[in-house]
This record gives sequence, structure tokens and C-alpha cells, in this order.
Amino acid sequence: MVNLTINGEKICVPEGTTIKEAAEQAGIRIPTLCYFKDLNDIGACRVCCVEVEGERRMVTACNNPVREGMVVWTNSPRARETRRVNVELILSQHDCHCATCVRSQNCKLQEIANDLGIFVNPYEEDLPRGIHAQWTTTFPLYRDAKKCIKCMRCVQVCDKIQSLNIWELTGSGGRATIDVSYNRRIKDADCSLCGQCITHCPVGALRERDDVQRALDALADPDTITVVQIAPGVRTSWGEPLGLIPEMATVERLAAVLRRMGFDYVFDTTFSADLTIMEESAEFLERLKSGALQHNPMFTSCCPGWVRFLRSQYPDMTALLSSAKSPQQMFGAVTKTWFAKKIGVDPKKICCISVMPCLAKKAECDLPTMQNEQYGRDVDLALTTREVSRMIRADNVNLANIPEEPCDSPLGEGSGAGVIFGITGGVMEAALRTAYFSVTGTNPPLDAFIDVRGDKGWREADFDIAGKLIHVAVVSGLGNTRKLIEAVREGRVHYDFVEVMACPGGCTGGGGQPIQDGQELVYQRGKVLYELDERANLRFSHENQAVQTLYKEYLGRPLSELSETLLHTEHGAWPMPGHPHQRKE
Amino acid sequence: MSRMYIETPSRAQTVVEGLYRDVERRIAASPPGLCPVDMALSFLRLCHAQTCGKCSPCRIGLGQLTRLVESVLDGEATLDTIDLIEKTARVIADSADCAIGAEAAEMVLRGVQGFREDYVEHVVNNRCISGLTQPVPCVSLCPANVDIPGYIALIHEKRYADAVRLIRKDNPFPSTCAFVCEHPCEARCRRSMVDAPVNICGLKRYAVEQAGEVPAPVCAPATGKRVGIVGGGPGGLSAAYFLALMGHEVVVYDCLEKLGGMLRYGIPDYRLPQKRLDADIDCILSTGIEVHTGVRIGEDISFEQLEDQFDAIYISIGAQNDKKIGIPGEESTGVLSAVELLRAVGSGHAPDFTGKKVVVIGGGNVSMDATRTARRLGAASVTCMYRRRVEDMTALAEEIEEAAAEGCEIMPLQAPVAIEANEQGQVCAIVTRPQQIGAVGKDGRPRPINAGGEDLHTPCDIVIVAIGQGIDSKTFEEAGIPTVRGAISALPDSFVQEKSKVFAGGDAVTGPATVIRAVAAGKVAAANIDAFLGFHHEISADVVVPPARLSSTPACGRVQPGCRPAAERVCDFELASLSMTENEAMQESSRCLRCDHFGYGNFKGGRQDRW
Repeated sequence: MVNLTINGEKICVPEGTTIKEAAEQAGIRIPTLCYFKDLNDIGACRVCCVEVEGERRMVTACNNPVREGMVVWTNSPRARETRRVNVELILSQHDCHCATCVRSQNCKLQEIANDLGIFVNPYEEDLPRGIHAQWTTTFPLYRDAKKCIKCMRCVQVCDKIQSLNIWELTGSGGRATIDVSYNRRIKDADCSLCGQCITHCPVGALRERDDVQRALDALADPDTITVVQIAPGVRTSWGEPLGLIPEMATVERLAAVLRRMGFDYVFDTTFSADLTIMEESAEFLERLKSGALQHNPMFTSCCPGWVRFLRSQYPDMTALLSSAKSPQQMFGAVTKTWFAKKIGVDPKKICCISVMPCLAKKAECDLPTMQNEQYGRDVDLALTTREVSRMIRADNVNLANIPEEPCDSPLGEGSGAGVIFGITGGVMEAALRTAYFSVTGTNPPLDAFIDVRGDKGWREADFDIAGKLIHVAVVSGLGNTRKLIEAVREGRVHYDFVEVMACPGGCTGGGGQPIQDGQELVYQRGKVLYELDERANLRFSHENQAVQTLYKEYLGRPLSELSETLLHTEHGAWPMPGHPHQRKE
Repeated sequence: MSRMYIETPSRAQTVVEGLYRDVERRIAASPPGLCPVDMALSFLRLCHAQTCGKCSPCRIGLGQLTRLVESVLDGEATLDTIDLIEKTARVIADSADCAIGAEAAEMVLRGVQGFREDYVEHVVNNRCISGLTQPVPCVSLCPANVDIPGYIALIHEKRYADAVRLIRKDNPFPSTCAFVCEHPCEARCRRSMVDAPVNICGLKRYAVEQAGEVPAPVCAPATGKRVGIVGGGPGGLSAAYFLALMGHEVVVYDCLEKLGGMLRYGIPDYRLPQKRLDADIDCILSTGIEVHTGVRIGEDISFEQLEDQFDAIYISIGAQNDKKIGIPGEESTGVLSAVELLRAVGSGHAPDFTGKKVVVIGGGNVSMDATRTARRLGAASVTCMYRRRVEDMTALAEEIEEAAAEGCEIMPLQAPVAIEANEQGQVCAIVTRPQQIGAVGKDGRPRPINAGGEDLHTPCDIVIVAIGQGIDSKTFEEAGIPTVRGAISALPDSFVQEKSKVFAGGDAVTGPATVIRAVAAGKVAAANIDAFLGFHHEISADVVVPPARLSSTPACGRVQPGCRPAAERVCDFELASLSMTENEAMQESSRCLRCDHFGYGNFKGGRQDRW
């Protein structure tokens, strides 16, 4: 243990504790902008500078450990001046039009500047101009150079966690800024669109392409039938930006809200998650039987960020993906065919909108392979959880007065297995439950496959299904994924079935989720999904009656010709920019 | 993709490296008298370009500082802006993540504190305090303001005698300086911006060697005023020369047998042959100066007597006393000071060091003189020990190199602790303590501290102490001349305030310095004594400087003649260094950029053909 004094208060902390953590233990908050626990402690913003007696210069609290006998001041005149001037300097290169900023009231810089009472900045505004300020308007990931404070968190999360190195510090001197690496434009980069850079940005420099107006336009058109689907992960978080406690922010209440906002049909992506399981588990068993999995596993395909990653980094492994579309796309395909027929409308009149915790879904629904001449696009528009929360705020919906309502039928019905799609391991668990049933004809015990759960980035488990040992792996985060794939390629590991989610921990920590600066909420939110599964009447995808009806009335059976046409895709049939080094070779 | 590649510098990198060297030279050649605020801004821009961009104080702060300083220069700032500059620089210096930002801001901070009045002048009056008053770098950096472009042009025309005449206008020791001047004139030579400074000193040597005997100009009509000069070194003789040319009656007193002071008794012949010194002194004395050598003021004649005899007195006694090192055993036989050794050699009473092991203590030019002299006196080994590192030695780099080439050992980072003697009281060893270089002191030099190693025991027969000189001013102090720690107190115009008609200058006032500083002091004293006596004589040279050539030579190396072979030169006291050849002198003189003609020099403050 180390003894030190902070602002006159004597405290004792374990060796290796940083000054910032030690101060927090004493109840003293040291503001930071760039710091992010376990991800970014590079001391870039210099806002956490404190005065340490005996040190000639100011010391950053975020990345310096305490020393025995250290005397620290966070509120000395020098510390105050340093903090204030550094924030003023940062503000001078930040577009301070807070009223029109997506992160207003959820912005670290705004909060600190306000706390410091900086109402007049002595430093002249110095924002990027001309080409330095430009960005594509069509790509789902949007960057505003004028708001970037160069905290480097985006660089760090993309490098260290996702291993894609899309961002880098470009230029030097006063023009140093963050831009796409290798002098590329974002459209030409191998960005997975995981959106982790957005959720780790302390300000409004990174955000999703805002598609809210397109949704409002659809709602405004009397000839358009709006069908909205709510992804599993959304029900864990949509209330956060609205100040709703988790108990209030249920999918049923969201369904009621969306209905009041004018959506004609409110459905649940859990339905198509169950459908995905039907297709994917059937496909898995088929590949298993055919011996195709002897050398290489089958990979799940429900995460479009992961699909983009595999396409760009290991294009030769594309065929290992399950050919199943993601639940979002299956949902759209079923909506525009079976459901359209059911309600007797021209599918082209349907605007299929999804609410997703995800950025990559925006790109996925735009893919040329996710549309056909018969009905157009599977999904017309994907909104993130954040966008939907903003729409609700814009409509000033009084959430307290809105009762919970079930989703519409038939595409509103989903099993607990479908719900856990939103957390790492969930797809695997759901698939195994159904595969077990398919093979044995009986349902497995409910805790049969919980070994795939957990917060380790790369997990393995072996299961005995009717005497056949199945090796599975679950991985989340693209850095972990890369490690797993390298191990597979080098033959160091062998699996039959691998679930991959691009975002660490899965969709509840997705790039489209609400942002709580400095916090990783993925597993906390994921717990909600496991609880919902536990409480659900229906625990198996194959017991979803709506899904069964769909097969009975329309598709026939999993992997039928119609199923293949509507619910499966060729993942390699659209262009994806490769890794920059691959292109050189 | 291979895992690693061998790094090869790109073309751009190579070019940039070259540009860095150009900038280094350019900063070294920065002309005197530039606007400090503008320079601060330029440095700041350079520093900002070095920013990696990671931390905000450096990336943003240096940019904002740039804007603020710019607003000061553009006349758009208020006095508050200066405070904001100071505060911003303070915070950046305090909180930038590395030296790139912190030291850049530190520079601005030093500036805004060190030349705040320049900032204020820009804000209040929208202009700069300083102006380009010294447009020719070499001339303005020569303490005696010798017309360097002028004499280099004359050399290029092979008019060597005229070159000597032009030098003598400001410096009556052209020969001496040709061999031993530390040439501050070369420090900011504008030629550095192209390649390297002109070898001014070497060219002067070529001129004096080629010129032969050049008579002194004719003296002005006698004024009837008498000036007494105490000390016949370069300062006293310079004053004497100019005062004689002005028509005054000059009498020089010196306590030693011959004139020349440290030039004769402190600088060994292999650096400055006595006949070269004699040539300068002969010319000086040819103006009709009366000389009394072997006369000590206060013993042979009192200062009061001098005051009675003369209308003005110039004290230029130099710094001739040796300093004691203050360690046990210093009184042993075989311990002597560099001053003692060099004086003995200079007066023809050189000791014989044959077979002796000699240790010299000190790192200045005098210690190098003692080291190389001991070598020439037959020492079996000579080791020069110094407390700091070689690069901290104040001796000229070439002196150190030449000493090493002559087989002397330079042993840095050794602080003397004791001198050991045998039963007869004769030195037998020196004990030194290993040092490590430490923190930078107030004088800007890193200080040595004990390294913690074991003391070094070096057997030796002779220890020569060369750790600086003091001023023997006691006589004058008793006569009422004010002193501060031995140094005579005189004003920058050489007046001794408390004592009417007494003037002083040179090492006696400033402490040990260089020949050219002593000459400059003598020149200043002559001008002011002349005025004090009620005259305004002007010193000029009847020489017309050739017009500048239209284009200078393209980038070209600096001619630097070497030395005689070490094995040969250690055997005698003949001149060690070599002269330029005519080819070399012509090439080198063509490198001069003629700043007296090009640039500001032909507009204002360029050539001063009289003073």
C-alpha cells in the first residue's frame, strides 16, 4: 500500500494505482477528456494535470502511478490555471455550436468547459477549413473534423481492440489531425463499420449517418406502409438517453411508443433471429454431415461488421460463412413477401425500417445482394438505437404515460433464444438448442449450453450432441477474431462452429448504442437479455409458432429453395475494399 | 507481408536532413540586431512544425501562441495580449507531454520575460526597439571593429600592404592577431548561410606574411600632452599607438624585461613566433613612444609620481597572477603554475623536462599552451587533467586536437584532490577523483560532481596548474584606484570614475580575455583620452577598398591549412600551423560575401573609414 496526500487529505491506496484513481478513492474527481480506462492513457489532453510537490512540471493524473509520500494538489492555483488554459486551447479548435451537435448534453468537453465556467475563450477560433473539413455524406460513419479534439480514443479502439487501424494521426505540427490511415478515403477503407470509434468518442466528432429524416418522410407518406423491427440489443438501452430506468425501457413500451409515432406495424427482430436459427442450424448440421467442417468451421453470418471484416481481411474464407442472411435482412425479406401477401399490399409500398444497436446494419441493408426486382430492398432503412431515441425526444413523447403493448403479429413473436442474439455467445447458444432438437428430437436441458456465455473475448466449448462431439468457439471484438482466425488458418485450433460478433461483448455494446462516456456497458446490458430469456415462455427458436407458420404457409422447410432464395445470400457477391497490404501484393 | 524491413531513408528524408543542417548554420549566422519578437515568432513556428500532434498544449497551444505573437507584430494586440502570451506559454511549458512543446513554450516564456519591453514597444508604438545597427556581422563582432571585408578584398587584389594598413586603423597587432586571434568575427559570418564561415584569421596571416614591413602612418602634430601607460601588453600598446598617432607624447611602463605582456610571456613561440610579435611592436614604437621596461609601479616609481607627470594615465596591467588550486601538497617542489612556466620559456629560461612525467591541470587555452610546451621541453609523458568533459573545455577545439596529435593525453573528468611528494619534498604523484558531468549551472554549463569511483593515483614529476589568472592590482588599490575582487573598476568608456585623468581597460578590468579584446580596450581608451585631453583626432587608413565583385563564388569549402607533422613539431618551438598558399588565399578571399556592399551594409552603418 502507498500513502499519499491529495488536496490535504491523507489516503492509502494499493501500489500501482494512478493518481486519478487514487483521487477518486478520496472522492476527488479529476476531469479528463482523452483518458479511457484500459484503452487510452496517453496523456494527450492534459486536462487531468495536477501539481505534485517537488516536481518541476505538472503531472498527468491519468497515467502516473502514486508514490509513497506524494503530495498532490488538484486545486492549486497552478493546477486550476493549467486545466483552464488547456481546455480553452482545446475549445479554440472545437466547433462549439453545441445546439446543433449530436452529443450536446452528452459531451465531455461541454461538461468540463461549463464546469470551469469558460464563457469567453481568450483564444481565437481555429477550425479546419476547406478540404480538411470535408467528409463523405453517404457513408454510414460520419466524421466532423471541426469537432475532433484529437483524444486518439478512436485510433486506440480501432487499433487495439478491433485491429483494423482505420484511423491514424496524420500530419504533424499544428495541422496534425485524425484521418483515415494510408491516405485513404473512408469509403475505400476496410472499415468494418463496427462503430466502436463513435461510442468511444468523447465529443460529437464521430457519429452515424443520420437517417431520421428518411424515416420521418416514410411516416409522412400516406401511401407508404411503415414496418419497423426492433433488434434484441435495443431493448437493453433505448431508454438510457431518455432518462428511463431499465425496468421502464422494455421492448413493449418501445413498441407502444413507435406505434404512437405513426409506425403502421411494430415487429421484433427476435422473430427473424429465430428464423435465422432455423436456417443456420439446419445449414450447420448439413455441413457437419457432409464433412465440410473437418478442416474449417462454419462461421455465423448475422453480424455485418464481422462479415465486412472477413471479406476485407480474409477474403479467401468467405465461403466458411453461413450463407444465412442476418436476422435484419431475413426480417425484411419475409416482410416484403409473406407478410405483404398476408396483408394484401404491394411489397413496394412497404417501407421496412429497422432499429439496430449497430452501424454496419446501415451498410448491410444497402447491399446489392439484399434486394431484388420483385420487392426492392429487404430493409429500406436502418436506424441506430441513438437515432430512435432522438426521434422519440423530438416528438416529446410522454413516456411515463405510455403503457406497455405487445408487438404486432405475426412478426412480433420471438423466443428467448432469439433475444440472446444481442450478446456474445447468444447466437451459438440459440443455434445449439435447436440443433440439439433437430438431431435428437427432444429439447436439451435449458442450461445445456451456458458454457458459451462469459466475458472472455474468445471462448471455446465442446458439446456432445447425440454422441457426436461438437467443438465450438465464440469470439467478440475483431482483434480477438483476428487471433482466432490466425489460429484456425495455422491449424492450431479446430472448431466446427464459430460465432463471431464484431463489437466486444456483442450487440449490446454495439456501435449504434447510446453512449455513456467512459463506460463499457455491454455485459450489464447483456444481463437484461439473459433475464428476458429466462423469463420467456418460449426458449427455443424451433418452438416459435409464427416461424413454424411461416414455414408451413410459405417457405416449406429450412434450406428449401424458397428459403435459399429469400433467406440466404452470397456473401462474396458485393465489393468490399481489402486490407491495404493485400492490395499491394 | 514480411514481418520487418530494413529502414532506408527516403529521398525526402535525406533532403530534409540537409535542410536541417542548413537551418543550423543559418541560425548560427543570424545577423546581430534582429527584432527579438519576430525571431521568437519564427522559432515558435519551427517548433510547432516539430509537434507530433498528440498533446493539446503543444498541438493547439503553440499555434495559439503563434497567433498571439503575430498579433503583437501586426499591431493588433493590447498590453493584455502580452499577459495572455505569458500565461499560455507558462501553461504549455508546464503541461506539454514532452520537450518538444515544453521547451518551445519555455523559449517564448524566456523571451516575453527577457525582452518584454520589445513586446510592449510593438503593442504601444507598433514598431521594434532594435534596428539593424550592425549590418556587417564580422565587423560588428570584432571587438576592435576591424574592416574585415575591406582587407579581404585587398588580399584578393594581392594588395597585402594595404590590407595591413587597413587592419592597423583599428588594430596595431595585425601580425599577432593573424596567429593567435580567437576570431569572433567568424562566428556569424554570413557565408555560413551558404557553406561555412570565411577563414578570416587565416587570410590575415597570409596578408601579414606577404606584406613585408609596412611603415606606420605619420603622427599628427604634437599636442604637448603627455600620457602614461602602465602595462606594455597588447592593450597598453594599442592605446599607446593610437595616442601617439594623435600627436600625444606617450610613455609606456612595463615591469618585465620586454614589451608584449602575455603575448610574449604567456603564448608559446610555436603559436606566435616572437619575431612576429616584435614586428608589430616595432611598428608601434616607430611612432615615437617612450618605453621603460623593468619598472614596477609602487616599487620603482609611485603611482602619485605618474599622476604628477602625466595629463592622463591608462592602466592596462592585464591579469598576470597565477591562481592557486588549494589542495594538499601544492607547495611541493615540481609544482608550478602555467604562468610561471610560460613566462620562463618566453624569457629564454625554459626548464628541462627531459624524461619527466608531467601533469597539467586545467581545460583552457593556457592549459593547452602549458601541455604542448611541456611536450616540447622533452617530457616523457604529458597528461592534461580536467574536471569536466572534453567538450566542456574552454580551449579551442583545434588546440585540443593538436595537443592530442602531439602525443599529450587529455584526461577529462578528473578533479585533483592532492599532490603527493617524496621525502625530499619533490612531487611524485597526483591524486584525482573521477567526476561525472551533472546538472547545468547558472552559467549554462553542466557542473562536474563526484562520480563515486575510486580515486586515481597518477605518478608524476611535474604538476602544472593552469586554472586561471588573477590581477595584481594591490599597488593601484593603495593609490586609491577602486577595485572589485582584484579587478580595477572602470566604466565601459575606460574612465576610472573616482580618479580624474586615470583610465583603465583590458584583462585588468574584465579578467582574463583575448588579445583582440585588449586591443579594442586600448582603442576605446585612446579615443576617450584624446577627447579628455580636449581633442578630436581621427584615425583613418589611406586605403581605398576595391569594389565588390558582382557575384560570389558558389558553395565552396572553407580553406583550413593544417599543421606541420606532429612528430616534427614537438621537437622544436617553431610555428606549428601552416600558412595558406596563394591559391588557397585567392579562393578563400573570393568566398567573402562583401556584406559591406551587399545587403544593409551599403545603406547604413557599413564601412567606418575613420574613428
